[in-house]
Amino acid sequence: MKRYQTQIHRCFRCGYCKFPTDYSALNCPSYSRFRFDSYSTGGRLWLTYAWLKGEIPWSEHLAEILYACTTCKNCSEQCPMKFAPEIVDWIIEARSDMVEQGKIPARVKRFLESVYNYGNPQKCLREDRAAWADGVRRYKKGDDFLLYVGCLGSYDENGQKMARNVAGLLEKAGLSFGILGEEEECCGNEVYSLGELDLFNALAGKNIARFKELDVRKVITLCPHGYNIMKNKYQGMGHKFEVYHYTQVLESLIRDKLLKPNGKKATVTYHDPCYLGRHNKIYDPPRKVLQSVRGIELTEMSRNKADAFCCGGGSGNFMTDYLAGGQDSPARIRVREAGRTGAGTLAVACPGCMVMFQDAVKAENLEDKLQVKDISAIIHESVMD
Amino acid sequence: MIDVYTELTSIVDKDFVSKNREELYMYGRDPGLMPPHEPDYVVMPSSVEEVQAIIKLASREKIPVVPKGGGLSLTGLVIPQKGGILLDMKKMDKIIEVNESGGYAIVEGGVTHGALKSYLLKHHPELRHSIPDSPPIATVVANAVIHGQGRLTQQHGFNSEMVSGLEVVLPTGEICRIGSCAISPHWFSKGPPMPDLSSLFFGWFGTTGIITKLGIKLYPCKKYRDPMLFLTDKAELVPDIMRRLARTEMIEDLVVTAQPIPLRYRGNFYILFYITGDSDEELEFKRKMCWKALRDYFEKREGGFVSLVPEMKAPMLSMPSKDTTRFADVSKGGGFEYSGPIAPIEKFPVYVKKLADLAEKYNLFYSSAARMIDGGHCMMFSFSYTFNRADPQTMKKAKEALDEAAEFALDNGGVMWKPNLDEQKLTMQKMDPNTLGLMMKIKKLLDPNGIMNPGNWEVSR
Repeated sequence: MKRYQTQIHRCFRCGYCKFPTDYSALNCPSYSRFRFDSYSTGGRLWLTYAWLKGEIPWSEHLAEILYACTTCKNCSEQCPMKFAPEIVDWIIEARSDMVEQGKIPARVKRFLESVYNYGNPQKCLREDRAAWADGVRRYKKGDDFLLYVGCLGSYDENGQKMARNVAGLLEKAGLSFGILGEEEECCGNEVYSLGELDLFNALAGKNIARFKELDVRKVITLCPHGYNIMKNKYQGMGHKFEVYHYTQVLESLIRDKLLKPNGKKATVTYHDPCYLGRHNKIYDPPRKVLQSVRGIELTEMSRNKADAFCCGGGSGNFMTDYLAGGQDSPARIRVREAGRTGAGTLAVACPGCMVMFQDAVKAENLEDKLQVKDISAIIHESVMD
Repeated sequence: MIDVYTELTSIVDKDFVSKNREELYMYGRDPGLMPPHEPDYVVMPSSVEEVQAIIKLASREKIPVVPKGGGLSLTGLVIPQKGGILLDMKKMDKIIEVNESGGYAIVEGGVTHGALKSYLLKHHPELRHSIPDSPPIATVVANAVIHGQGRLTQQHGFNSEMVSGLEVVLPTGEICRIGSCAISPHWFSKGPPMPDLSSLFFGWFGTTGIITKLGIKLYPCKKYRDPMLFLTDKAELVPDIMRRLARTEMIEDLVVTAQPIPLRYRGNFYILFYITGDSDEELEFKRKMCWKALRDYFEKREGGFVSLVPEMKAPMLSMPSKDTTRFADVSKGGGFEYSGPIAPIEKFPVYVKKLADLAEKYNLFYSSAARMIDGGHCMMFSFSYTFNRADPQTMKKAKEALDEAAEFALDNGGVMWKPNLDEQKLTMQKMDPNTLGLMMKIKKLLDPNGIMNPGNWEVSR
């Protein structure tokens, strides 16, 4: 019996999970978007329990409610109960039951089928996986670091730019590193959070086998999602290695003066990605990297760090997009919040957030006022100036 | 036959109208023990005009309407007993005005206590409102509608007494202003010097209309706030201790806790109260006055002050208190409910004995928080019991204990606060028949079609 089945009734539905610490706004992305109690964490847990008890049947709508959760972990952060750290695990376990029973909503099904058939959710060809990596060499035994770029880094236009910037900076700093190129597999973070645990195991197994074969000891990930899954789920699966998000590595390279950003005047606000922030408590390195550029004034959004509002793209929603549509979509709310700081740049550290915010600034007509930029791009420009 | 769903989507953005099984399930129950009953539609209006149009539709078609805030009364007050349209008011979430000099805020019907607290802290840090210990999603309006209490209740009475004006959609669809705002642009009084019509909407649980705007009084937010904790193991002393502290006129909030665990709580009564001030001198003076008020008790060793280290103070100072919510999971069952009579403070010893007796009889875990109201004129005493949502037996036992507690409280001078349907029946049975008759006349006059939250305050035929 899965743990959630014996624990899920413990949610009192108090609603603390809907807020950030100061109650200044709604901080659950799906509740903020839909506003029905059913779309809050409490609603999701109560409905899942009702489904378990047979009080309500499975429906596409029920599944969409479950899959509208971006696994941003705000609920765990705010829930006053002792079981708070387990909430996202319960949601994933419930999803895994739906997957096992073949009861998943259409868009999730397409996402998983794409990963199964193509090795990525975008349905891109494996031979194009390293198309971004002109001149970046493949990892070979003895290299210090493996740069793992993931599906968005491999195939998304903005993700590819991020990957090139990071690779360029690592090269400039003289780091010994390489990539897996066409042999890189999807990290499986989204697949895991969508509840397809068999597929996740297969993906993780392939990556780990390759890491083992190449004796990879240190991995740098482009994406916080990849960082999260490797840090928290790959360990104990047969090969030990260290994982770093690229902002951690940049911080260290700048500190050691291996990278020397030049000054640039700009007002920047930084969006904490959920899988870097709440999931792994990495709040300072990205900020330190930004502050290493003389002239950058870092201004915080009112919701930041553990209270940051999710972009709405987590758990595959950057593709499935259950929270899209209208001005209440989380990404649009967040870029408006970023705009209110007066910053001209919204800095991100995740290709998924980049996808969400690029669309949102257009929808909000903020393109002239707010530029969405990845931290690697900001540093790349500054270092290469 | 009209298609109600289509009519509703012509009034409110269709994204905020649902007849899906899942929404009906969620809005058909609350975290307490009253049996569920589902609505036919869930609607989230975003303006008074939308509320008005819905009410006119419901009135014309005689469809029940239940307005809902946070849905945290635990006593099933927004369970749609006869189906119909459930109005989730939380999309009406604008804080319209904070009048600094007049000391009030005007909020829409779905503004939460959390949002108001946060807004005041950011924009008007010198002002505060009376925050209840229900979770922050509780709405200001719903809390006033049920005569809720908050952190300023000891000083200023029930939160409903802090209301300074209303905008209401009547059950027949008229939009009506109540209080000074009916005549003046200023929302400084809910009634006086005019006839106070506001009481037509508080304590009625939405059976007389829907509050779409509310003026709520704000009070000085002192720079310093400090908890003090007095401990005694003698229940019979508690009323006098409460009274003495109230009469210093030095304290803000006062709550007495009785519960068997952690072990240090067993057999003891923890009297937690707060002093506030704008300077150390003010705080120190108040602290001394409170000490002085209770000196003979600790000199006779019948009680004493507990020394509080900062780690102990932090949860006491948080508003709302998450500890109140945590009680639901002390036995890992996800549920608690309380019967909360409003009663004279001298009833504390008999109530607290009954609380423990019922816990033993039904083998339940208990807790009580007794909050002093309005300078000691009365208190809210909670008979709180946990239950396990996954175990129908504990739910049944908790309900039986609560029913017995309600009967006991009523027989012992109390009046039920936010009574569930069973407690409403008991209350109406015990009530002066002429008073009950007046209540029913008022209700009939305001809601001739009986569409508003039917089942509540209803005399069974």
